[in-house]
Amino acid sequence: MRLTLRVWRQRDADTPGAMVTYDIDDISEDMSFLEMLDTLNEKLILRGEEPVAFDHDCREGICGACGVVINGDAHGPERTTTCQLHMRHFDDGDTVDVEPWRAGAFPVVKDLVVDRSAFDRIIGAGGYISVPTGAAPEAHATPVPKADADFAFEHAECIGCGACVAACPNGSAMLFTSAKVNHLNVLPQGAPERETRVLDMVSAMDEEGFGGCTLAGECATACPKGIALPSIAAMNKEWLRATRKASRR
Amino acid sequence: MSENTDYTAYETGAPVVDTKAPAGPVAERWDTRRFEAKLVNPANRRKHTVIVVGTGLAGGAAGATLAEQGYHVVQFCYQDSPRRAHSIAAQGGINAAKNYRNDGDSVHRLFYDTVKGGDFRARESNVHRLAQISVEIIDQCVAQGVPFAREYGGLLDTRSFGGVQVSRTFYARGQTGQQLLLGAYQALSRQIAAGNVEMHARTEMLDLIVVDGRARGIVARDLITGHVDTYFADAVVLASGGYGNVFYLSTNAKNSNATAIWRAHRRGAYFANPCFTQIHPTCIPRSGDHQSKLTLMSESLRNDGRIWVPKAHGDTRPPAEIPEDERDYYLERIYPSFGNLVPRDIASRAAKNVCDEGRGVGPGGQGVYLDFADAIRRLGRDAVEEKYGNLFEMYERITAENPYEVPMRIYPAIHYTMGGLWVDYDLQTTVPGLFAIGEANFSDHGANRLGASALMQGLADGYFVLPSTINDYLARNPHHDDIDASHPEAVRAVAETNDRLERLLAVDGDRTPDSFHREIGELLWEYCGMARTEEGLRKALGRIPEIREEFWHRIKVPGTGQELNQSLEKANRIVDYLELAELLCLDALHRTESCGGHFREESQTEGGEAERRDEEFSYAAAWEFAGTGRAPVLHKEALEFAYVHPTQRSYA
Amino acid sequence: MALATRTDRRPSLTRSLWGSTVGKKTVMAVSGLIMLMYLVAHMLGNLKIFFGSGEFNTYAHWLRTMGEPLLHYEWALWGVRVVLLAAVVLHGVAAYQLSRRDIRARPSKYVHKRRRASYATRTMRWGGIILALFIVWHLLDLTTLTVNENAQPGRPYENVVATFSTWYGNVIYLVAMLAVGLHVRHGFWSAAQTLGMGNARRDRILKTLANGLALVLTAGFVSVPVAVMTGVVG
Repeated sequence: MRLTLRVWRQRDADTPGAMVTYDIDDISEDMSFLEMLDTLNEKLILRGEEPVAFDHDCREGICGACGVVINGDAHGPERTTTCQLHMRHFDDGDTVDVEPWRAGAFPVVKDLVVDRSAFDRIIGAGGYISVPTGAAPEAHATPVPKADADFAFEHAECIGCGACVAACPNGSAMLFTSAKVNHLNVLPQGAPERETRVLDMVSAMDEEGFGGCTLAGECATACPKGIALPSIAAMNKEWLRATRKASRR
Repeated sequence: MSENTDYTAYETGAPVVDTKAPAGPVAERWDTRRFEAKLVNPANRRKHTVIVVGTGLAGGAAGATLAEQGYHVVQFCYQDSPRRAHSIAAQGGINAAKNYRNDGDSVHRLFYDTVKGGDFRARESNVHRLAQISVEIIDQCVAQGVPFAREYGGLLDTRSFGGVQVSRTFYARGQTGQQLLLGAYQALSRQIAAGNVEMHARTEMLDLIVVDGRARGIVARDLITGHVDTYFADAVVLASGGYGNVFYLSTNAKNSNATAIWRAHRRGAYFANPCFTQIHPTCIPRSGDHQSKLTLMSESLRNDGRIWVPKAHGDTRPPAEIPEDERDYYLERIYPSFGNLVPRDIASRAAKNVCDEGRGVGPGGQGVYLDFADAIRRLGRDAVEEKYGNLFEMYERITAENPYEVPMRIYPAIHYTMGGLWVDYDLQTTVPGLFAIGEANFSDHGANRLGASALMQGLADGYFVLPSTINDYLARNPHHDDIDASHPEAVRAVAETNDRLERLLAVDGDRTPDSFHREIGELLWEYCGMARTEEGLRKALGRIPEIREEFWHRIKVPGTGQELNQSLEKANRIVDYLELAELLCLDALHRTESCGGHFREESQTEGGEAERRDEEFSYAAAWEFAGTGRAPVLHKEALEFAYVHPTQRSYA
Repeated sequence: MALATRTDRRPSLTRSLWGSTVGKKTVMAVSGLIMLMYLVAHMLGNLKIFFGSGEFNTYAHWLRTMGEPLLHYEWALWGVRVVLLAAVVLHGVAAYQLSRRDIRARPSKYVHKRRRASYATRTMRWGGIILALFIVWHLLDLTTLTVNENAQPGRPYENVVATFSTWYGNVIYLVAMLAVGLHVRHGFWSAAQTLGMGNARRDRILKTLANGLALVLTAGFVSVPVAVMTGVVG
């Protein structure tokens, strides 16, 4: 199939970018979206042009490295990661716009590559359970009700790709932050740091310059792992609880 | 750069000996070693800097643990975040000898299974230590909040995996690797935030700096600015993963690479058993030349699916139109007692054989059917969906075929590499101060890795083994001279790195990096893949130097070195693959036995089974680098089996 | 040897609330719910207009004598006014500050534009501005009677009829009431989420409640000008 691609090209963080049009044929519908970009890049290299830079690694939908906005949708029209999106979801002759995640807290590094290190700093602020190696009690010492374990797992599935921020009209990281808060706060192992975790992670999120949540719901629609919007409400509840408790101390 | 030297005319040097493994009963060796190892006073630890390369299960766990102990850790990963290493893609689970099921499991049984599963090419002391530590790993991960599957009583669930008779595999749905990695990443993040770990993401190690025979630092390139810089430490830990991507198409992440271990090898670290590569039988076959990687499907599918190909050559009818008596259920035919459940290597080779005969199915004839029609008839569609629903969904997303109606197509793919840098019991390589952990080393899996053991080994190395053994090295080498970028060895390493990058940019030829990567990968897959012959390996060994020569004349890398340049990154990794491929073939050529993931057609029983030759090959082959294209030197580490006695496998 | 990675010093409750995006949203949610409760009461009061001038004007007078004899004349009313004013100011300032932050957090727009989110969600900011302006006009029109040409103090029934006898009075009011409906529709549900009341099971109930409230409020308020226009009230 033939496609007209319009791809965001930006030399580096300090140079303004623009959409550049490429016509590409011999695209197979069995290709993944990233393999389609590979094909484009092979042609660009042989023409002596710089290939389009984009982040990717596992190409199995789990590492969270890849992610571009395709025709205005984070990760494109299917609810999956860009690497697991296949070209059969496009039609011959389509024009496809490819842009990087856009958010103040995710500056563009080059072309479709953005800097998501803000996510790492949010995790560093409290997205962990403090248990130095060797200090752990026997695994069965604390049973965890299955419902809580499942709730924790559903939130722990987050791959940190940043699609939620990219899709949010406010560039908010609430869904990402809430996924980690909920994962750890529901577990008995996470209980001692339950209050500090949510307070510190929310303030780290604010300090990184992410926007606030207006419950537009775009994040949950874009999330390739299906983290649902009530995740945010659950974190708000944790935050209010922690704020109440902290003010009483 | 033509090489006239005969690469295959290698010499055998002095044996390599593991001087750190204590004597005594195998079950007490780890305690003995921990007691004998010298310690570093807690107050002095912050004066020691340790470099850790990689942030997978092994690297992430090691970085966090060393920082918790008080060391100053400087850590690197090429990804944009330490949360993305390819450990994250492991699906199945992690083994531990907890015996929660009361089904007769024990540390000794896990030890026994792993030595036997490795086809008697692993060290008993290492494997026993791994089995002992497996128990602590589960405790540690649960305390970190890893959401393992649980039963209604709130206790951990386990399942059996990879044909083992006990239920010792802990799992978190099909995402165990992800959950364990995030646990390590979170522990690491805590130490980064506390300032105990200096994290350099998007920074790739390109060389090792060895001063006075000791590993003292690395050369690394900032992938954003392109700046090549030096970093110094008292010890260097490589946790950079395996080298499966030398095959181009593998289940590895696209950017997983062998540069860190290969550069260390060039600087003196021996490379052991490179020919021990694992091929996984149930991957989704390639759909065309554009294929960039292969995706694994859980092995559990073989429990209910039946594998077949048409009896006739070149039969292109759709599967539904091929009548029952024209189908060849070849595994059930050749291995009547195990049928579709034969081990990974056997299933893989059988698939290759029928495809080589021209009976393969799907585009390019590189696939076999995995048919669930019988299972659906027998169990009902709902039961099949309950068991395999998520896998079927994944398959359909990638292939657009509905496996409930059309048989799946599968084909084997490179999945894991058991070989790696040679390490002693302390996980130290032959370069003092250089340690290798996780898939980067060769130590625990012998010639074949059992399912759910990779996660166990990565975490054992990272959380427990290395943080204990590295103390001994640091305590015995307390006062290193301070060195900086002006040291001649550092200057030399940086100059060599810059020179290599500049040469890559200067060729300005007419072939892309991927085209070379694909070529070397196809060559290896053909001649050093599932079944290897002397003739094929010699052909590959003849061809590799030619490709290398062509590479340096025809490679085209656009852009500059002073920016994010993904073509340059790829090309630079291929430089190392072009050398590693040669050693891989040589190791396969020299080992004229079949064992584990290494199958030499010349060494098989009358029934076509792999035939091990213990009298000649009961050793680990550690290769010493002698120059590009020059025959390396072989150092043998003799393996002794005092507890698990070698037997020949049979599945017919 | 793990070093402590946190301190336990915490800012005061007020600073936590005002100093974080989640806290400011909480302020907006609480102030919004206060205004919503007021709107419900206000709408019910408005419906008394259907029972004639006497009953409506008596009700209006009662608003001033509410709480007597414990409270002095108009004390209760002023109490309500102060609370409402505080709610409006907090709601508005928080909305303004959060909006500025949100816009900064998304400095460059996507080239490929797509309609996203529901209409009610997308119109929260403009709707809020429209409502703020409406409140000013509404107070000048029916409380201070500054812009109501035919106004007579102490005759609220007649004043309402006067307002809805002008075309612009009707237009302004109808537009504002549609804005109220949309604002409440997303605002009520959103406030519930902010206050942590949402979960997967409750979501449908909350959404239905939000839609119901929006509909009832809009219908209740709009019924008055429609009644004046059609001559039912006059």
